[in-house]
Amino acid sequence: MVFEVRIHGRGGQGVVTAAELLAVAAFEEGRWAQAFPSFGSERTGAPVVSYCRLDEREIRTREPVVTPDALIVLDPTLMHQVDLFSGLSREGFVLINTTRTFGDLGIGTLFEQFRRDRLLTVPASEMAQRHTGRPLPNAVLLGGFAALTAEVSIGAVAQAIKDRFGTEGSVAEHNVAAAGEAYAYVRHEMSGHQWELMLNAPAD
Amino acid sequence: MLRQIEGSRAVAQAVALCRPEVVCAYPISPQTHIIEALGALVKAGDLSPCEFINVESEFAAMSVAIGASAAGARSFTATSSQGLLFMMEAVYNAGGLGLPIVMTLANRAIGAPINIWNDHSDAMAVRDAGWVQLFAETNQEAVDLHIQAFRLAEELSLPVMVCMDGFILTHASERVDLPTQEQVDAYLPPFEPRQLLDPDEPVSIGAMVGPEAFEEVRFIAHTRHQQGLVRIGELAGEFAEAFGRVSGGLVHQYRSADADTVVVALGSVLGTIKDLVDSLREQGMRIGVLGITSFRPFPIDAVRAALANTRRVVVVEKAFSVGFGGVLSTDVAMALTGMTVPVATVVAGLGGRPITKASLRTVFECADRGELERLTFLDLNRDLVEGELERMARTRRSGPSAENILRDLGTVASGIG
Repeated sequence: MVFEVRIHGRGGQGVVTAAELLAVAAFEEGRWAQAFPSFGSERTGAPVVSYCRLDEREIRTREPVVTPDALIVLDPTLMHQVDLFSGLSREGFVLINTTRTFGDLGIGTLFEQFRRDRLLTVPASEMAQRHTGRPLPNAVLLGGFAALTAEVSIGAVAQAIKDRFGTEGSVAEHNVAAAGEAYAYVRHEMSGHQWELMLNAPAD
Repeated sequence: MLRQIEGSRAVAQAVALCRPEVVCAYPISPQTHIIEALGALVKAGDLSPCEFINVESEFAAMSVAIGASAAGARSFTATSSQGLLFMMEAVYNAGGLGLPIVMTLANRAIGAPINIWNDHSDAMAVRDAGWVQLFAETNQEAVDLHIQAFRLAEELSLPVMVCMDGFILTHASERVDLPTQEQVDAYLPPFEPRQLLDPDEPVSIGAMVGPEAFEEVRFIAHTRHQQGLVRIGELAGEFAEAFGRVSGGLVHQYRSADADTVVVALGSVLGTIKDLVDSLREQGMRIGVLGITSFRPFPIDAVRAALANTRRVVVVEKAFSVGFGGVLSTDVAMALTGMTVPVATVVAGLGGRPITKASLRTVFECADRGELERLTFLDLNRDLVEGELERMARTRRSGPSAENILRDLGTVASGIG
């Protein structure tokens, strides 16, 4: 089955690159992938959307992703500008780059619409700043995406980052480290959720 | 080698494998990564011998390509939308002179209103310029068509335009099998010009031709296009043998043999249509697809044969002739002369509006019931149109329609899709 991802952010955050890196990561693992931007006049700071489809076979459709299986949000301030959750399936995954909680962001009600264990935040800009010296969250979030969805491995994400940024210099290396941290962070958060779900589960 | 690569960059690699000797282009918008990537290859010495010439306009880009080609150099350029219109006079000249230039056209809308998004208005505007126009369905086909284009252009001594959907293909990253230099060298022999500006054997090219022979010169061009109809198929066949995949040719048929309804289209929207056709077939609808790869020369016999047994034809096209209707539809209807198959036009995707399966499904179901009108505008916002028409009826000075409509629509956020 095709797995469809929609990525929201602002011009300059690497929204388009994130979709391309994800496509390369899936390609590294032998899958078919299609990444493309929403098409508009690109300006720093303007809302930007990109899309990525992953499948076991050739992807023919060219329509934008309208019913995503996963959303990656690079800038939570878009919440008030764009209908971010449009078309997201009930089983959908959401990964938001923020240091705040869903409640703090004013979207705690999402928990009622979607699966609690598939909604996560990760402080990707801070991780990127720490590892690379720049707050670009795109590659970092893909580490989190790998942990959250298991659609791609963290190894493939690392390989895609290296393919893109080259093996010389430290840009790739530092982004790989930051993506690795996001992967571990999300894994940890998810295990927390699983405990929570088990504790709250009705007794058999 | 299999790569996950952006369409523009894949095409740049393919063009480089064809060993162009002159690449000339206007490097500013509207332009794609094709020219940027080729410029980088030339600068790095990875594409050599090749002269990369930055020019001051698209008119100059085509003029330089004409001069370079007439001097015997394999010449390439790329453009899009307004850029193509700005080079229009030279585009006709290249066609009329029969110079085998290859140009990528990243299909985009033409203003006004200003619009940077994909449709096929630009390609249709130069439909009659004497160029071969091939439409790519995928980035793989765009790569493969460029390799075939140089061979076709040089054999026939005709310019070839490879049309690929702007943004939808040019900016999409997908899996592409890039051939090796050895494979391309074996398929594409060195350029042997039919006409050459050579100081040792001086000729003039571009003479003034009066009423006594103009028609004959045009007839020769038409004859070469007719020869092209044969060669396009043969070259696609040779390509399949050498590269192991089917790309190019005149038309692509998909599940159309027993179809009551056949959908005809150009370019990347065929992928979306094929997915939908699979789904409609599962529900029992007898529907199929005919993709037109060669728009000029138009394969009138192949289209007629492909549609001979169908009950109705639906042409989905990303362009239209204001005051008339479909452009591709006209050619399709001409191919069906004498047959009683109704041809309906669906104008879709203008100015980059996404063509969704959901909207196409409604139209195809309507066609299947035999209820589709002759001309349909997909997803037309009727309230918006009627509001402006009422305003125009009410007030003499109703103002510019585009601005009025935008105001009625309200602030356009970064709409999804």
